[in-house]
Amino acid sequence: MSLTSTVTGDAQIITVNADRIDAAMAIQFKEDMRSETDGGPERVILDLSGVSFIDSSGLGAIVASMKQLGGARRLDLAGLTPVVEKVFRLTRMDTVFNLFPSLDDALTEDAG
Amino acid sequence: MDQNGFELSFPATEVEASAGIAALAEQLSEQGLPEAHAGDVRIALAEAINNVVEHAYVGVEAAQVQVNCALRANWLEIRISDTGLPLPDRQPPEGIPASVETELQDLPEGGFGWFLIRQLASDIRYERRKGFNHLFLRFDLLSSSNG
Repeated sequence: MSLTSTVTGDAQIITVNADRIDAAMAIQFKEDMRSETDGGPERVILDLSGVSFIDSSGLGAIVASMKQLGGARRLDLAGLTPVVEKVFRLTRMDTVFNLFPSLDDALTEDAG
Repeated sequence: MDQNGFELSFPATEVEASAGIAALAEQLSEQGLPEAHAGDVRIALAEAINNVVEHAYVGVEAAQVQVNCALRANWLEIRISDTGLPLPDRQPPEGIPASVETELQDLPEGGFGWFLIRQLASDIRYERRKGFNHLFLRFDLLSSSNG
């Protein structure tokens, strides 16, 4: 699992460099998210545009990542591909996270 | 579309299952599974195979997961077989998902597998036979379901 992190303005952008987040990498993902978001801006944007598939374990790992941030910080999700978006919609996790069609949309919201 | 079918076996580990599920999705697409159904099939297939890896072989020596796919013009049937423990009560769970209308720290991090399978498959059948679990997932491929 590989994550890349950059800070732009008041948001930290974490890009997932893997084509899937599934049971085989859920634990690693959660651990990597913990170390990447240790300290840093209040708002974290997870760029999922390179992820074509997620299963319920991967979904659970993203939920766990948001819990790790605690109540004072927030995890927004950007660039959900169709299958990933469907898993969020079916499980109603789309009502828990702020979802943005693209990273640019997420950053524009931030500016406004 | 002619009658297409294939099978794939792999050891019941998370890493092998991850690669196996990706390979199955690719094969199905090559054999003509319409793009509009590919995502749904892959989600349900992944959840069913992950269940085998995570539950069927708990406390017993992990063996193989065997997946057989039969693709026709109007339907796809996938049979997932293993030699692990039978499903509780010898039937597929109802899969009622945990509520997401809760405090942040109480949000569910799992328990969505059977719910997703039931949402996405047109029909589900389970058989325990001679030490094997067979889970049959059927997907109707009618074009009307796209609109």
